Amino acid sequence: MSVVPYAQRWSNHRWRRRADAAGAAVLSVALLIWWFLPLYNMLLIALDPEGDTEFTGDIWPSDPTLKAFVGVFLEGYWYLKDFWLQLGNSFFIGAMTMAFTALISSLGSFALGRMWRGKGGVISTAALLLYTVPVYFLVIPFYLLMHKYGLIDTLWAVIAANVTFAVPYALLILQWYGRLIPIELDDAARIDGATPIQVYTRIYLPLMSPALAVVGIFAFLTAWNEYLYQFILLSSPGNKTVAISLATFFDNEDTPWNYPVAASLIYALPPIALFFAIRRYIAAGLTSGRVKR
Amino acid sequence: MIMQQVLAAGRVRLARYRPPAWRSHLHGSEFVWAVAFITPYIGVLLAFAIHPIAYGFWMASDPALYVKLFSSDEYLEALVSTALYVGIGANASVFLALLLSGFFMRRGWWVKAMLVLSMLPWALPAQTAFMSFHWMMIYWGFLNSLLEKVFGIAGPDWLDHYWLALGANIIAYTWKTMPLWTLIFLAGRMAIPQDLYDAAEVDGATGLRRFVHVVVPLLANLYFICTLLATIWMLGDYNTPDMVSGGAPLGSTAVLATVGVEFLLNDGRPDLGVAAVMAALPVLIPAGLLLIRRLQTREVQL
Repeated sequence: MSVVPYAQRWSNHRWRRRADAAGAAVLSVALLIWWFLPLYNMLLIALDPEGDTEFTGDIWPSDPTLKAFVGVFLEGYWYLKDFWLQLGNSFFIGAMTMAFTALISSLGSFALGRMWRGKGGVISTAALLLYTVPVYFLVIPFYLLMHKYGLIDTLWAVIAANVTFAVPYALLILQWYGRLIPIELDDAARIDGATPIQVYTRIYLPLMSPALAVVGIFAFLTAWNEYLYQFILLSSPGNKTVAISLATFFDNEDTPWNYPVAASLIYALPPIALFFAIRRYIAAGLTSGRVKR
Repeated sequence: MIMQQVLAAGRVRLARYRPPAWRSHLHGSEFVWAVAFITPYIGVLLAFAIHPIAYGFWMASDPALYVKLFSSDEYLEALVSTALYVGIGANASVFLALLLSGFFMRRGWWVKAMLVLSMLPWALPAQTAFMSFHWMMIYWGFLNSLLEKVFGIAGPDWLDHYWLALGANIIAYTWKTMPLWTLIFLAGRMAIPQDLYDAAEVDGATGLRRFVHVVVPLLANLYFICTLLATIWMLGDYNTPDMVSGGAPLGSTAVLATVGVEFLLNDGRPDLGVAAVMAALPVLIPAGLLLIRRLQTREVQL
């Protein structure tokens, strides 16, 4: 067995560390470019006075202006005249999806996890089964049924679709999280004479609030991200959302592109803000040591 | 002896009158409360999920629909494109995420900052992101401007070639969803006890060997679950093929989800639209069942 001199070993080690650090730095730069390139492209178009950087071959904003953003805020371009109404509709859909998902899934997880104590296997499996159905495969039957239910062209039809697909996921997460709360707390309250609704409102909901915040915000993000159901289910101008309006905007060849791009960048702000607000919870939920082989 | 038999028979009879297990400890008003709590969920499930699913199956039950579909070249092309899009895309996004999660295991403030930034694609609305990809990749788009200004190369018309357009869809989808898988794998890696790494290091397994012999076997189940989920979600993906390539060139990169909606919107044939997506069932049902088994038997938080 050959013995490598100490000085040589130390030198090898140092070189390996340097190469490792250089590799990590190169990878970091590549990743930053990969993540930000589409966003940079959007900014480039939005900051252009005419919105036609695509045809000039510029890779830097040559004459940057906030004209398009101001146009969106003041509804200054004819295509944007209902922007705030549409943003209001998007917020309404997101907020209602969030509220109903949190309410229905917390009631369900309380009944399954705390009252039946994990014995409602069929219902939990139904939730899992729905989790495996691709959302967009149901859009056509859903559209026809909304006609029959009399909900077509109402924001409630979109909310119903969003809640349906957000609830199974929320129920699973709440059931997992609920197992961390000792069942003895419920038993103690029951012995003191609390009714099930009191246990739900005074013990279960306060203790589950971090998980409820996460599933609620996830539901909001899902609703904000969703486009096809809104496009299919909503038609009258008063019910349009920003997502639908952007799609129509993009389809129109004659539109100056800086306006829709600025609008879509503004539309991207609420989910980004919400996401970064709850990122600690997401990391905590994912890394709570429950991922096992 | 006879006495014992009678007692045994009595026990059996008593056991027969036990309430079912699912309501064994719920009595009277408690049972009513439990039913009341679960009713909104069951109601939503029945009205907005089970009913549309059953209605969809009923709509697509006529065999003539499938004869019509499978005799159309466009539909067969969409089947192939869907298989390629999902087959390559789901595996690429999950595999790259597994590799990338290793990078985030490094120490240092800048790695933590990078982790926060890495979530940006996931937080961005799909529409904003995919429209940007579309405009980057058209002939006069930013990508070709960049290639010309920086490298002096005239780029191709990305959305005018089948493989490039399909690749654009896959790249955009990977860009959008990789952060989620990366975060899940990172959680999985963090759950591996340090002792295992130390033991492997004593045995001489560092770098690639450690990845192959420690990380891969330990994360295999999680990897399998993520791949199944990615497959299911990608099979139903409408946004990426609709917004990035828009089906270009000539509708060849359209997938089942977009073809189904086109049957509704362009041809006014909702029945054909529903039947079109039924072709995914042979993949979807086994994937779904496998996923349910894995999720039920193992404790994996997603």
